[in-house]
Amino acid sequence: MLRLDCLRSVYSELENCLVVTIMGAVAAELHSLGHRPNFFYLQHAMGLASSTGLGLALCLPGRSVIVIDGDGSLLMNLGSLSTMARYRPKKLVHVVFDNESLLSVGGFPTATSTGTDLEGIARAAGIPRVATVRSVESFKAAVTDAVRGDELTTIIAKVEAKGPAAFVTDLSLLENRFEFRRHIQSIKRRLTQSL
Amino acid sequence: MPVSLTNSKLIYDALKECDIRLVSALPETWLVHLIRLADDDPEMILVRLAKEEEGVGVSAGAHFAGVKSAMLMQNHGFLASINGIVSFAHLYKIPLLMLISYRGSLGERDPWQTQGGNVTEAVLRALRIPYSFLDALETVKKRIRQAQTLAESSLQPVALLLTRDLMWEE
Repeated sequence: MLRLDCLRSVYSELENCLVVTIMGAVAAELHSLGHRPNFFYLQHAMGLASSTGLGLALCLPGRSVIVIDGDGSLLMNLGSLSTMARYRPKKLVHVVFDNESLLSVGGFPTATSTGTDLEGIARAAGIPRVATVRSVESFKAAVTDAVRGDELTTIIAKVEAKGPAAFVTDLSLLENRFEFRRHIQSIKRRLTQSL
Repeated sequence: MPVSLTNSKLIYDALKECDIRLVSALPETWLVHLIRLADDDPEMILVRLAKEEEGVGVSAGAHFAGVKSAMLMQNHGFLASINGIVSFAHLYKIPLLMLISYRGSLGERDPWQTQGGNVTEAVLRALRIPYSFLDALETVKKRIRQAQTLAESSLQPVALLLTRDLMWEE
C-alpha cells in the first residue's frame, strides 16, 4: 500500500476538515494532490502535529480535525497519545502512516520495524477507537467512518517506505500558516453570522 | 502549603483579564494553585500534558483557532520544550505566553533544581525570547498584560519568570 494512494482515496473527505500533517513525504504528497487552505503542513518540530490537532479540536469542538502523523514523528511524542486520550475530542482523527522508516532522512528503520506496535500503544494509552489498515479500501473506509463518527480515533496505516522525489514545495511555511489561520477565522465568522 | 494562594489567584485573574481561555500545564509545586484554579474554572480549557513541549503544539492549535492561551511550566519544562519553540513557534511565528517557575534561583533548597536555575536566563537570551519577572504583586497584572501584548504583536514566544519572592511564603 502506498501512502499517496491512501491520501488520494480520502482527498475529497478532507475538504471539510482541518488537516494538520507532519513534515517530509506526507506533506509533499498531500500538497501534490492539490493544496487547500484548510491544510497545514508542520514542516519541522517532529511529534507536535498531534498536539496541534488536539489544540485545534479542543478550541473548535464540532469541527473535524485530521492529523496525518507518521511512525517516526509519533515515536518522538508518544505522550501525545495519552494527552489526546485524556481529553478525547470527539471530532479528532489521528492517522499514522507507518512505513517503519525515517524515510525523509535516509530511510533508517524505526522501532516499528522491530516489533513496536503503535496500535497496541494507542489502545493502551486510552484512545477509544484504534485500527490498523493494510489496504487502500480499508484505509478509505476507516478514515471516512472516523470523520463522520463522533469518537477520537487513531488509524495506523501500514504503507511502503516509498515517497516523492523531493520534499520541498513552492508553498512558504509562513504563507501556509497565515492562510490556515485566516481560513479558520473566516469559517468562525460565517458560523457567527448564520446564528 | 507555603505556595502563595493569594498571589497565584492574582496571576490567574490577570490571565483571565487578558482573555486567556486555554492553559496547558504540567504540575510542579509552585504551580499547584494556578492549575487548580484553571481546573475549577468552567470558562477555561485546561490541558494537562505528559511533557511540556506538547504545549507548544496545543498553543499553536489554539492560536489557529483564534483562542488565546498560556503555558504553565517549570524552567526544566521550558528546557525540555526548546525544539518545539525553535522549530514551531519561531519558525511559524506563533505567539506563546510562557509562565515559567524559576526554580533553582536564590533561596532554592532542592539540590536537583539548581542546575536548571543556572542556565534558564542564558537559554532565554540565546533563543532571543523576550522575558521579564513576576516578582511583586503590584506589577503582576501589568507585566502579564504587557507580555501577552508583545507575544501577540510580534507573533513570538514571550516568557515571564515566576519568582520565589512572589510564589513562596516562607
